[in-house]
Amino acid sequence: MTYIPISPTERDAMLKTVGVKSLDDLFDAIPKKHRFPELNLPPALTEMEAAAHLGEMASSNENVREHLVSFLGAGAYHHYVPSVVDHMLRRGEFYTAYTPYQPEISQGTLQAIFEYQSLMATLTGMELSNASHYDGATATAEAVNLAYAQFRGKRKKIVMSPSVHPQYREVIRTYSQGMGLEEAGDDASADLEVGPEALMSLVDDKTMLVVVQYPDFFGRIHDYTKLIEDAHSKGALVCIVANPTALLMLKTPGEMGADIVVGEAQPFGIPLWYGGPYLGFFTTKKSYVHKMAGRLVGETVDVRGNRSYVLTLTAREQHIKRERATSNICTNQGLLALGCSIYMSVLGKQGLQEVANLCYQKAHYAASELSKIDGFGLCFTDPFFHEFVLCCPKPASEVNQYLLDNGILGGYDLSKDYPALQNHLLVAVTEMNSRDEIDTLVEILQEMK
Amino acid sequence: MNTPTNLKYTKSDEWFDPATGAMGISDYAQNQLSDIVFVELLVDEGEEVAVGKAIASVESVKASSEIFASAAGKVSAVNKGLSDKPETLNSDPYGEGWMIKIEGGVAGDVMDSAAYETYCEGRSH
Amino acid sequence: MATVIEPTIFELSSPGRRGVTMPASDVPATALPPKDLLRSDLPLPELAEVDVVRHYMKLSKFNYSVDDGFYPLGSCTMKYNPKINEDTCRLPGFLYTHPLQPIETVQGNLALMFEMQEWLKEISGFAGVTLQPAAGAHGEFTGVLMMAAYHKSRGDLKRTKMLIPDAAHGTNPASVGMLGMSVVTIPSDSRGNVDLEKLKAACDDTVVGMMLTNPNTLGMFDEHIEEVVKMVKDCGGLMYGDGANLNALLGIVRPGDLGFDVMHFNLHKTFAVPHGGGGPGSGPVGVSQRLVDFLPAPLVGIIEEGDHETAPLYGFVTPKQSIGRMKAFHGHFGGGLVRSYTYIAMHGPDGLKDISQYAVLNANYLQARLRDTYKIPYDRICMHEFVMEGQFEGSDIRALDISKRLMDYKFHPPTNYFPLIVHEALMIEPTETENKDTLDRFADALIKIAEEAKSQPELLHNAPSTTLFGRMDEVKAARELVLCCWLPENYEQMV
Repeated sequence: MTYIPISPTERDAMLKTVGVKSLDDLFDAIPKKHRFPELNLPPALTEMEAAAHLGEMASSNENVREHLVSFLGAGAYHHYVPSVVDHMLRRGEFYTAYTPYQPEISQGTLQAIFEYQSLMATLTGMELSNASHYDGATATAEAVNLAYAQFRGKRKKIVMSPSVHPQYREVIRTYSQGMGLEEAGDDASADLEVGPEALMSLVDDKTMLVVVQYPDFFGRIHDYTKLIEDAHSKGALVCIVANPTALLMLKTPGEMGADIVVGEAQPFGIPLWYGGPYLGFFTTKKSYVHKMAGRLVGETVDVRGNRSYVLTLTAREQHIKRERATSNICTNQGLLALGCSIYMSVLGKQGLQEVANLCYQKAHYAASELSKIDGFGLCFTDPFFHEFVLCCPKPASEVNQYLLDNGILGGYDLSKDYPALQNHLLVAVTEMNSRDEIDTLVEILQEMK
Repeated sequence: MNTPTNLKYTKSDEWFDPATGAMGISDYAQNQLSDIVFVELLVDEGEEVAVGKAIASVESVKASSEIFASAAGKVSAVNKGLSDKPETLNSDPYGEGWMIKIEGGVAGDVMDSAAYETYCEGRSH
Repeated sequence: MATVIEPTIFELSSPGRRGVTMPASDVPATALPPKDLLRSDLPLPELAEVDVVRHYMKLSKFNYSVDDGFYPLGSCTMKYNPKINEDTCRLPGFLYTHPLQPIETVQGNLALMFEMQEWLKEISGFAGVTLQPAAGAHGEFTGVLMMAAYHKSRGDLKRTKMLIPDAAHGTNPASVGMLGMSVVTIPSDSRGNVDLEKLKAACDDTVVGMMLTNPNTLGMFDEHIEEVVKMVKDCGGLMYGDGANLNALLGIVRPGDLGFDVMHFNLHKTFAVPHGGGGPGSGPVGVSQRLVDFLPAPLVGIIEEGDHETAPLYGFVTPKQSIGRMKAFHGHFGGGLVRSYTYIAMHGPDGLKDISQYAVLNANYLQARLRDTYKIPYDRICMHEFVMEGQFEGSDIRALDISKRLMDYKFHPPTNYFPLIVHEALMIEPTETENKDTLDRFADALIKIAEEAKSQPELLHNAPSTTLFGRMDEVKAARELVLCCWLPENYEQMV
């Protein structure tokens, strides 16, 4: 009866009103032989015991705040989350509320999402944003759905750069199983030195969408303007998967002419949390809004003349369009979108610029010092933001094991995903890495045999 | 309910004008959908349509509907202005709210205005 | 001009105001990238911390939440969200672990996930569970992908049709649509069960399977469930169970035992993960033995067996014929799995059965109190929710008006206009975490509103009138499509 507030007296009075003798009598419709199974689960813990048990499980991990110095990114980044964010997210009015289908009593949620939409559109340089998707990978898959719906199935080819996050490309392949798509470019053995222009030869008048990442999975900054112009001349759409921290400093995908800009907003106020839940943002142009999936908040007035907000264009969504919907998505990552907005608001323009600058400066210092070590070097010469590929004298897995023995989480071992990159680590540096930590990393690698 | 006598009607609330080859949605349909906010025409000029092929998708604040061709033929015109002013379907479903025009139109299973009015009256809501 | 009750964060901004500041850089400076790679401006808001806090505090107070009061949304399971779960999911050991860390460093996380998989299997009677899907709809899509992959693996390529009852949630046909399959709608009979005759006629060798919510969206447990399952399986189809209504079945019956092949869980419904104003949720999926090899990768498994001295080594495994990856990383570990793990640990088998027994008692109690006032189309013992018609003979009052008037009585309305097969539907799910006084007050309010509908209908037509915001102009929102606020044009010149 852990959280159940009904006393035995109340229960008996209620059973009488319903007209049955016992609680078990409510379940006569259940086939008798399967009714009331014995569940083999541990007996209930009290709150105190549960707190202790979960505390032990959590403490048995080595985490990046208390035990390990981390240089691991690859799609999830260790950033500082200002205290205000969690304090606001712990308000019951926010986290125990439902989807704002009754706008009169949900203006808090609705206005917060409207502000989130505005912040993300500004960040990416696009005209509008939806209320979010599950994560960056599924947001990218939704871009594929949009392109498919836009061309009404008349174009079925997508061109994906191999420098898009490997897990995102996997998700797109899973999602598009039933769509009969032709996929080009997604080849991990392709020459990774070539720039985005190499994709142009793969784009033709059957292409519905080109997908590239910014900065790419290897941390490299490319200007996709020419690629986008080329794709547009052939009638194809372009989706850029962007890192939000990088967008605080770099030319926006909107300025390059992108049609859709998606990405993972975990760096903005969401802890690493062993991979989830995270926050997929989705921004695009007004002309695509009717083919876009996901919730959307619009401004209006109420009967009393108050400016207010409502879920709008809901006829696009699954509960109305059913099998004709662009996507089946029902939820958005509501509370995390709120967290992202609060992160951006409390740091503000200048605070966010400071975060971006620290990531950039520290990453470049690290890259410079690491490349001075015998046997190590930077794999690519392109400009980068806060991630770079370090070429090592040994297999990346051995380097990482050595680093782990010294309390450091090295970069991401690229050999798993790219056969040509056996001795290569993807190293990420954020504002959370002090100069001492970077210097220690360098010293330890210098001593590696 | 407005049901011009010169037009033919389908059970799925589309109208067809045998004289001009135009088709659209009936007054009953626009009333059911209520405030229409989005129209997408799904066929282009020059395309052949068969009876029952989806020619448009309509969304209102609370509902979404596919509109089907009530006659077969070759599309000679599409009402491009509709996407900018979807509310035309509510205000003038038989006039400015025409969706496509076909030539050589062979009507499918259609009824005249009196039969359509009777049909609509018999429907529960 | 519209009255603005609370300006947007952009309007509250003023150039030069600072909120949280970051430390100065401790490394030698590197030149920024060339100018043509930099953005030209960053027009984001500038506020002090106190102003940010006050803004979000104001917004929070515009909301009605479960922590505020009764929230009887049918099929949403708005139960109380235990506060201990908020603490356990924020333990530093969970909060600060990176999804790509070596498995040896995160055995606590992996043990939790492995145990969750085992517990969900035990609760539902399934042979395998994936924790990866992010939400119910995501779980549905995962399930449908597995069904398709199963048939394809057996060379059974004719199967392209999914049977779905008319009362189904929109995500069911939408998931099917994403795979290019077609939907065959099966009607319900007068008792709210699947119409067996129509089902029989639809079952053939072109059927992928059936997607069934049981109890269904009418709150009814199908009285012929075993026949339904047998018919579908006899024609070679698979049974998908939409687990949205699992709150009625914990410790009562296991979908796996009834013959379901695949079912998604909604941790944000049944297992008390908070709804967060629309998300994040978590949608694990359970499968029967014949679908185990198709589960998404990666799955948590035992890499090295333990013994009585040492714990096993947990890691990730890839099922033999896996459909692939459904999202990046492992699933909603922090927000979803830790909270529901804590919840299940604190209930145990007896506690879980209590949940369903009292969820069903509460719904039946409300149904009994309201049946003389409102028409209940399927009037038999319901499960954890029931549907009634929000309309009266000779009155133009509709479900919408009743819902809005309930706000004046300080209740969140029930689900409106769903399921589609009931006119002016009001779907009520009280959950087990409400006491009898609350239920009585709610029933009394609805009875009073029914009287008002006859004697003072304008009270309903004009409702809500005691809330801060009134009814919204949804047509204006859709026609004008204002989806963003922007900084005022002269922002930079403002002081």
